[in-house]
Parts: sequence; structure tokens; C-alpha cells
Amino acid sequence: MTRLLKWLIPIAAIPVLALLAYGFRTNPREIPSPLVGRPATSFTLPTVAGEPVSLEAQRGKVVIVNFWASWCYPACYEEAPVLERNWRAYRDRDVVVIGVDIQDSMDAAQKFVKDFELTFPNGRDLTGKVSVEYGVYGVPETFFVDRRGRIRAKHVGALTDERFRSEVERLLGEPS
Amino acid sequence: MKRRGAVVLALVLTITFVASVAAQQPATPVDDERVHAVATQLRCVVCQNLSVADSPSEMASQMRAIVRERLAAGDSPEQVIQYFVDRYGEWILLSPRRQGFTLLVWVFPFVAVLVGLVAVGLLVRHWTRRAALAPAARPVVDPAMSERIKREIETGG
Repeated sequence: MTRLLKWLIPIAAIPVLALLAYGFRTNPREIPSPLVGRPATSFTLPTVAGEPVSLEAQRGKVVIVNFWASWCYPACYEEAPVLERNWRAYRDRDVVVIGVDIQDSMDAAQKFVKDFELTFPNGRDLTGKVSVEYGVYGVPETFFVDRRGRIRAKHVGALTDERFRSEVERLLGEPS
Repeated sequence: MKRRGAVVLALVLTITFVASVAAQQPATPVDDERVHAVATQLRCVVCQNLSVADSPSEMASQMRAIVRERLAAGDSPEQVIQYFVDRYGEWILLSPRRQGFTLLVWVFPFVAVLVGLVAVGLLVRHWTRRAALAPAARPVVDPAMSERIKREIETGG
């Protein structure tokens, strides 16, 4: 009995250690989204510039839907130039960037767009419905939508040039 | 004549106001308790361990509005919850579902308590049995010494 007890304590520690090993090796930025692989919900939003922007109108193009807010510092401030730079580089290849500003004031949003000289359309999600449709936890979050209108990848946190290019090149390489 | 015009104008304005207020209301009014019952089951996505019902954040308030709107449109509370699960995964539920892998979360504590009780039971049995066996292993006393002790007790030391 005591011999069994002597072994029981180290044996009981094994599942705990396995759980810790799994937890520490998991990237907390990779929150699995049930939406990857599913059709992107269409939306029409009023933009910061005052015109409507619609996802449906971009069908046939690779679309990058980026959720941001002017109060999201520093991540949104880091990725705004990345988005603008890559949008300019890819816009002639049927690639569209749509920004979705959430939980923000019009003045702050306009200032953000002006400060970073953003030329892609930025809609304002005033009711939060588009955010919930895309299962957004916080900002920034970016969704890559293929030419057939399916969400193919989700990026949490500030987007990098490498991630933008690798996802867009992958989706551009697929037959439409 | 002027007075009649004013009355007509007031009437038209009142009707317009009532109509616009009515248009803003959901098709079927949903009482706060039904919204609250659904919202308490959903995790506020921008908070730490707060439900959508309890969080003062703007995101939670927008989520409550969506719950109300979907209930008003005729969705059942289960359908509303499924709507959020489809978009956020089961993470959005404050209590894991009692099925599949997450059933373990519900069952495991009871299994652990049961295993603990069995272990304590076995240990107690082991200890009491050892205690019962102990008198049999009484130390052997030298017969000469035993005789001497007996004698000294009888003679009063």
C-alpha cells in the first residue's frame, strides 16, 4: 500500500505537467475562429468619408477586412502604415482593403484616417453588428477573404507586411 | 380659422411623432428579463470573466441590443445563443456545454471526489488493520524479570 502511494504522487503530477507543457507552447494570439472557411457575411457601412462601403460589391476580389479603432494604441497605429502600403502595392491586382472602425467617435476616426493618409475605404460599425458577425474580440483583427467570398484566415494583433503578403499571394494564386 | 389650422397641425405632428416612435420599437416587444436571461449566459468578449448582462462596456451593450433584436425577430433563446456560438465558438458560453469534450469539466470534479473518498477509505482501513495487528507483536519479557516484578508488587516493593 505504501509502495503504491509512493508511485501515486508522481503519477498524479504527469497530467498536470502535460497540461502546463501544452499551455505554455500554445500561442495566445491564435484564437481559433469558427468562421475560417465559411462565407464572409456581407455588410454595407457608412465610411468615415461619408460614402457607403459594401463587401458584396468586392466579390471576385481578394478582400482584407481590418477592424480597428483610434483608441487602439499602439497596435492599430503600428499596422495602419502596413495596410496602406500594401493596399497601394496590390490595388491593381484585384485586392481591396476595407477598414471597419469600431466603438469610436467620428472626429477621432477622421483624424486617424487623415494622420495615416489612409486611402482605402473605412466603414464605421456604429451598432457593433458587423463586429459580432465576424466574431471580433478586440482590435486590431484582420480577416482575409478569398475571391469566392470565403473567410480564409484571421489575424489577431498588429498586421505585418509578411503576413499581409503571404496571405494575399496565397489567395491570388488560387483560381477564382 | 387660424385656430383650426393650429389644431390640425398639432394633430399631424402628434401622429407623425407616435408613428416614428412606434417604428423604432421592435416588432414584438421583448421584456428585459428575457434579454437578461440570455445575456447572463454569454461572455463579454472585451472583459475578464464578466457576462454580457453584467458588463458596462460598449461592446456588451451592443451585444445586448443584438440579443433583444433577435428575440424580437422571433428567435428562441437557444437560437440566439447558437448565433453567438457560431461566430465566437463555445468560448462565448460562460458555462461549458454538458456534452462532448466539455462534459469532462462537469463530470471530472465528481469523479475526483469519488476517487479521493475511495483513497481515504482504503488508507483508513489500512491504518486500522495495522493498529489491530499491533498487540500481537508484544515484546517478549524475560520470565525471570516477570517473576521479580510480580514478587515485588506482592511484597509492596
